[in-house]
Amino acid sequence: MGHVIRTRTRASTVAAIVGAIVVLGLALLPLVAGRGLIQDMFFILTMLVLAQFWNLLAGYGGLVSIGQQAFVGLGAYAMFAGVILAGIDPVWAIPLGGLAAVIVAVPTAFFAFRLAGAYFAIATWVIAEVVRLSVAQWKTLGGGTGTSLPRTATRDIAGTGWIEAALDVRGAAARDILAYWLALGLALLAIGAIYGLLRSRRGLALASIRDNEEAARSVGVDAARLKWSVFLAAAFGTGIAGGLIFMQIARISPDAAFSVTEWTAFVIFIVVIGGIGTIEGPILGVLVFFALQKLLADFGAWYLIALGVIGIAVMLFAPRGLWGLISHRTGLELFPIRRRLITTKGNDHG
Amino acid sequence: MSILSLAGVSKSYGSLKVTDDVTFDLPEGQALGIIGPNGAGKSTLFNLITGNVLPDAGRIAFDGRDVTRTPPMRRCLAGIGRSFQIPQPFDRLTVFENLLVAATHGRGQGEAAVVRDCADILERCELSARANDPAGGLSLLGRKRLELARAMATRPRLLLLDEIAGGLTEGECTALIRTIRDVHAQGVTIIWIEHVLHALNSVVERLLVLDFGRVIGIGEPGEIMASQEVREIYLGIEI
Repeated sequence: MGHVIRTRTRASTVAAIVGAIVVLGLALLPLVAGRGLIQDMFFILTMLVLAQFWNLLAGYGGLVSIGQQAFVGLGAYAMFAGVILAGIDPVWAIPLGGLAAVIVAVPTAFFAFRLAGAYFAIATWVIAEVVRLSVAQWKTLGGGTGTSLPRTATRDIAGTGWIEAALDVRGAAARDILAYWLALGLALLAIGAIYGLLRSRRGLALASIRDNEEAARSVGVDAARLKWSVFLAAAFGTGIAGGLIFMQIARISPDAAFSVTEWTAFVIFIVVIGGIGTIEGPILGVLVFFALQKLLADFGAWYLIALGVIGIAVMLFAPRGLWGLISHRTGLELFPIRRRLITTKGNDHG
Repeated sequence: MSILSLAGVSKSYGSLKVTDDVTFDLPEGQALGIIGPNGAGKSTLFNLITGNVLPDAGRIAFDGRDVTRTPPMRRCLAGIGRSFQIPQPFDRLTVFENLLVAATHGRGQGEAAVVRDCADILERCELSARANDPAGGLSLLGRKRLELARAMATRPRLLLLDEIAGGLTEGECTALIRTIRDVHAQGVTIIWIEHVLHALNSVVERLLVLDFGRVIGIGEPGEIMASQEVREIYLGIEI
């Protein structure tokens, strides 16, 4: 008798095919869609990226951070600094955002990793506030009131000329389409990278830490190193997303770039209602979040109250989120990571 | 040659000495039982050997190398495997994945290289039928077996079992003893803490008695059980 590991399921094969079609459709969307829809989709995709990285941190690494806005803001400000101070094209300045986030993530992890659970969460928040207050002192980038991307820089961002000619659109619409395509690429890269990680030996170790850290250490899992890697990777991805988001907005201020509500509370809401500890969860969560936002946008403060109530209800009645409910009922896995032991009649390669 | 040696190991929590100047040597291939009343410091002694707790004084050597300050993960890689008194499975992983993570990380090998061995261990621990079920759904016996199987998956040279027979029925206990004897027969050195003395004595070759953190006797099980001091400590406990 032989033994093999299998992760693919029939549902996941179908999902991969449907997924490929959806991605193709999304890539071609700017050919048919109006500017409003492209902007909505940009919002959904960038929130999805933030949610995937927060899920990697909290859902797998057990690192419940409420200070991810530090990396969004740093990413945004590093991108602005690259454009305004060094005259770099905004698109090429986005990677600076990832870099800046990682540089600040190292000392952040050094201090915050000394704490656990709620204390860790509060430490990340405090550090994020320190970063926000420090950046607000940066007079060349507008200090506390912020600044805009100079018109000379936004007029001909790399690729927009081509988009204007090919799709016959005006400058601002071309910028939105470029930002949308970058967001789509970033979301695919983020999901692909996270899925690849979870399929690897390290991914299995991360899942074991999520379930029981003490036991994980005792079977040889290097928990400390994995947490460091996850924290730095999440900071990098979040910083890149921050740079991209504020390239599209083209205006920045410390309060907007370091908003705890926008970049952390909403992101946690997305992951929690969708289903923490799964890749499918944040995808479902961001769609629900977007729908709620559209439905309730006119109700002002009631909108936030409703979000809070829904969040609490999901935590109480479906602690593993909407995707948790679905996969529990149906056993469905769109991104299969469960390694099943299959015993074959042939030899070990059978 | 001794695989594990403790010399003057002590650990206190405040004014409470939970491990008091413990010294013993364990020859490779031997099965050692540890007994003692509740609160005698048995689990702390295990945690000192696995590195989950660091001693205040003394020296611990594994396979001739000083591991007194070595973190648990490195001791696992060196060949110390353990089961927890209260089973701590990775709930959301399957039974097979529980072994897979232990085998790949405890030995530093790839998934494909350890599949066969994991399947064999599942077979020996009578868990094959549950291989692809989430570990969180196992019964107490299943969880105890998983503790043993997961520790075995790291391919330990020294296996520490913490009250693995506790809470099981007579029949379940017999089945588990069979598996442990089988593991021991393959040359794995074992230290086993247990209150179920008949289970313990059917496997171990040597007994160590702890009381208030001190070693008050070590030797051949029959001899130890016959000693006056042990009988006094165990007064009220059926032997």
